[in-house]
Amino acid sequence: MIAQIALIVTTIKVFFIPLYYSTDFEVHRNWLAVTHNLTIDQWYYDNTSEWTLDYPPLFAWLEYGLSHIAKFFDPKMLYLTNLNYNSDMTVLFQRLSVIALDIVYILAARSCSNLISNGKLLVYMLLVTNVGLLMVDHIHFQYNGLLYGFLLFSISNMIKSNYIQSALWFAVLLNLKHINLYIAPVYIVYLLRAYCFTVSSEDGCHTPWYSFSITNLIKLAISVVAVFGLSFGPFLDHLPQIISRLFPFKRGLSHAYWAPNFWALYNFADKILQIALTKAGIFIPKSEATMTGGLVKEYDHAVLPSVTPIVTFALTFLSMVPALIKLWNLCADGRYRGLSFIRCMIICASCSFIFGWHVHEKAILMIIIPLSFMSVLGVVDGRMYLMMSTIGHYSLFPLLYPKNLMSIKLFLLLTHCAIGFSTVPFLYIPPKLKYSKRKRFLRLPLISHAETLYLYGLLGLFIFENVLHAAWGLNKTLPFLPLMLTSVYCAMGVVYYWISYYHYFLTFNLSGVPTVGVVNLNRYVKKVN
Amino acid sequence: MTRRSDPDRFNVTKDALVPGVFFALLVRWCVAAYPYSGYKKPPMYGDYEAQRHWQEITVHTPIVQWYYNTTQNDLQYWGLDYPPLTAYHSFLMGLVAEWWDPESVRLFASRGYESDSHKLFMRWTVFLSDVYFFVTGVLCLCIDLERVRFREAKTVFKRTDLSTVLMLLYPGIILIDHGHFQYNCVSLGLFLWATFFIVAIENDVLATIIFCLALNYKQMELYHALPFFVYLLRKCFIGMPPKGKFIYFIGNFNKLAVAVLSTFIIVWYPFGGSVHNIVQVLHRLFPLKRGVFEDKVSNVWCFVNVFIKLKSYYTNETMAQMCLSMTAVASLPSCADMFFRINKKKFILCLINVSLAFFLFSFQVHEKTILLVAIPVALQLPDDPFMCFWFLLVSSFSMLPLLIKDGLIIPFVGTNLIYICFFTICMHLARVNAGIFSFMNASMVARIVQEKKESSVLLKLLSTAFFFSLLGMFWLTIGSVFVKPPPQYPDLFPLLVSMYSCCHFVLFFIYFNYQQLSIPFYLPMPKVKLN
Repeated sequence: MIAQIALIVTTIKVFFIPLYYSTDFEVHRNWLAVTHNLTIDQWYYDNTSEWTLDYPPLFAWLEYGLSHIAKFFDPKMLYLTNLNYNSDMTVLFQRLSVIALDIVYILAARSCSNLISNGKLLVYMLLVTNVGLLMVDHIHFQYNGLLYGFLLFSISNMIKSNYIQSALWFAVLLNLKHINLYIAPVYIVYLLRAYCFTVSSEDGCHTPWYSFSITNLIKLAISVVAVFGLSFGPFLDHLPQIISRLFPFKRGLSHAYWAPNFWALYNFADKILQIALTKAGIFIPKSEATMTGGLVKEYDHAVLPSVTPIVTFALTFLSMVPALIKLWNLCADGRYRGLSFIRCMIICASCSFIFGWHVHEKAILMIIIPLSFMSVLGVVDGRMYLMMSTIGHYSLFPLLYPKNLMSIKLFLLLTHCAIGFSTVPFLYIPPKLKYSKRKRFLRLPLISHAETLYLYGLLGLFIFENVLHAAWGLNKTLPFLPLMLTSVYCAMGVVYYWISYYHYFLTFNLSGVPTVGVVNLNRYVKKVN
Repeated sequence: MTRRSDPDRFNVTKDALVPGVFFALLVRWCVAAYPYSGYKKPPMYGDYEAQRHWQEITVHTPIVQWYYNTTQNDLQYWGLDYPPLTAYHSFLMGLVAEWWDPESVRLFASRGYESDSHKLFMRWTVFLSDVYFFVTGVLCLCIDLERVRFREAKTVFKRTDLSTVLMLLYPGIILIDHGHFQYNCVSLGLFLWATFFIVAIENDVLATIIFCLALNYKQMELYHALPFFVYLLRKCFIGMPPKGKFIYFIGNFNKLAVAVLSTFIIVWYPFGGSVHNIVQVLHRLFPLKRGVFEDKVSNVWCFVNVFIKLKSYYTNETMAQMCLSMTAVASLPSCADMFFRINKKKFILCLINVSLAFFLFSFQVHEKTILLVAIPVALQLPDDPFMCFWFLLVSSFSMLPLLIKDGLIIPFVGTNLIYICFFTICMHLARVNAGIFSFMNASMVARIVQEKKESSVLLKLLSTAFFFSLLGMFWLTIGSVFVKPPPQYPDLFPLLVSMYSCCHFVLFFIYFNYQQLSIPFYLPMPKVKLN
């Protein structure tokens, strides 16, 4: 069934070839041209196009490799000055390259799902049919599938206690896309505690300092440094330029479309206050740019204090610290630390998503994909997965704004949610209860009344956006209302579930570990040292 | 009587139902993103323009003029040639279109109107009709499938969820309705409902009414009319009391006759001003002028035409008579068997045989008409998966030239792949060792359906035949897409495709007839009320 599901999903991807693609398509075409035509010392200096190369070197190498296949499809797409070139062969090549590189993701999903005893196929299915990736990679156009494939390989190796391999995969991932720096602290803490300290203590609080293994640390360091050396080595002379390209701070706090995070709520509160105070007769100096105006601009809040990058980084880091400390303690127990590692990774990804500077809505996949893996390993994780995958994928809808994609994205999400809701809960609800308890009408399993209502609210929001908003004539007066409502509504859910999951993680204690599905994991634990 | 011992009580497997149905709908939308027939091809465009034009005509002209050539209604330009229900349906959609986007149905001015939002609107009308008629019909029939009847095996293909999804994923109807653009889902959906009322509920009057509605949506449903007629007629004789046989029969028959007549009268009432009107409509519905077939159809006449140019030997009238008599002869065995050796299980097979006979031998056949055969075959699939699956693949393959013309080659390949994958997933759920190519293995499929062994040599032979048949289809597809035919034979590949599928259909015709004849006589019992 593994092959069939992969084939079905691939077919769906092939269906998307002639559909809409975003400017990211031109971005990647330009990078193909840049890497193909220029010598490597010019890669990070070229600015023929406005879409300059701003990914780490390994990704540039990848584009360089792809460009050598691209010339068999249509050599014209490799001309540097051929901006916005989109012949049929170019589209075909770019789309096929994404589909082909997704094999890495499918293999990684398989290697992850093989670690689980109960719900193996389910995890594979949830990972492979991930709607966010389908929408972002295969319609919107990006190469996230490949990147998350590397992340999943890293995770699966970590659970199998192949620490060096895991670190290698992650180092490669970092050199493909630097946004993953946000979850690097988890790796540092975990590898230090689990790999560099060779003795695991049962009580969980006490750190056996005597067992610190300097050789393990050196092995780790060498492997990571080697990857970075390979990647950045050829660019040693141009490091400052690369750094300035990789970390541009000229962008605003929020993306053109607010990602559903804390800052969306903050901006929204600002807007509300602004309107309320103006109504109350207090003069507010008018701000220059509208936040949802499409182009990336810096924005000053009208009422609330404006936020600087430093603040967001401080908040992100501070919010991660408790989880990292807890992870350090949980790592002491050899049996379940793999799971704690993934949970902590989810939390850190959420922290960066919620408080980060200029977060893209696509970054929510960094929460959802590890969560899909966790969904069968604990009832709280399962519930969190169901909610977050629904909210998170819904919040990606504005990426695909053309009207003719409306039904495709709707049914993509419905299919994925239906798979989740019709399988995940029944791992936790004992079969006896399934029939004895009368199910209420339209009540979704495993989640509470309020949560069910919240999810149905998404449906209402969808109808409002696509039908009522135009029908009531609001698209003339308040064109950005749907976008704002989507991000605020989703932000409430994301922040709420982040808090509740955080609480769950911090109060997690090993005596109450659920045993569902972890049976198979124990097999790997014996290998530890 | 307790609930437990109630014979009508049964469980419905719902595991994969909701995701599967959503997935099937998703596939429909994926196909709908592709161009429709006649996309940006003036001056005549295609079926899409025809449907739009009918909306324009029905909204702007009085009802009696719909089928007449008037100054406002040029019948040469996609004149209405389907029965009244289609016209009413167009009228309804036309009203919505006029409210939504008046330009799209403006009289004369809107000819060849194409825009993205209008395409979306039209796609939605098909989608909603599909969900309302077809999907519900499939669902009901598949729920009925899981009721384990007397001495019947419960197989994986009879699970409600899997059989529903498998049937909804059948590529033919998805490609024609959501890609090429037609409303087959409505008439076929009504047909499914009629079948449901016969097979599951045994409410003959309702079945008759709904079938009449289907017939009034598309005259092509006549392909299915004979089995319905024969079956219902035969049922009038069942359970005769020893005295007053004739009155009993007349009583039963009258019920059905009244149902038919009243349905027809209600549907045709707006045209019933004079006999002339009705004759005019009938003239539109059955145009003798339009030759024995159009383009390349995979039926016998097209096949014969390759060797003997039929049109130069026979006039249209003699040709029509020949077609009629051949069709009658071909459908006779199956109908006679149905009448004299009635058995409810034969009903679907009879539908297959008669509609296939019509497809192969009748007059003025389109390649899309194969759907009328394919849907009953899809209903038969749970009982005989291997052969039916093979037939369904061939049936969607036979429409390949049409789909290539519409630019639907990616959806064609994609939907077929998905269909095959889902079929093997079903097999995998029954037998863990079934791999992705197991659908070609006849003996494995046979073992899933029934425990008893059949002659393995025959099954091996069948598997080999299926493999080579698939191979042939594969190469013909490759050829049609990539190879440029020699200039003196521009129609080479469409012709090859239609001849290739025609050979299959003739063999399947023999096979399904044999299947029907081999089912024994078994009277359907009239429903006995249990207290």
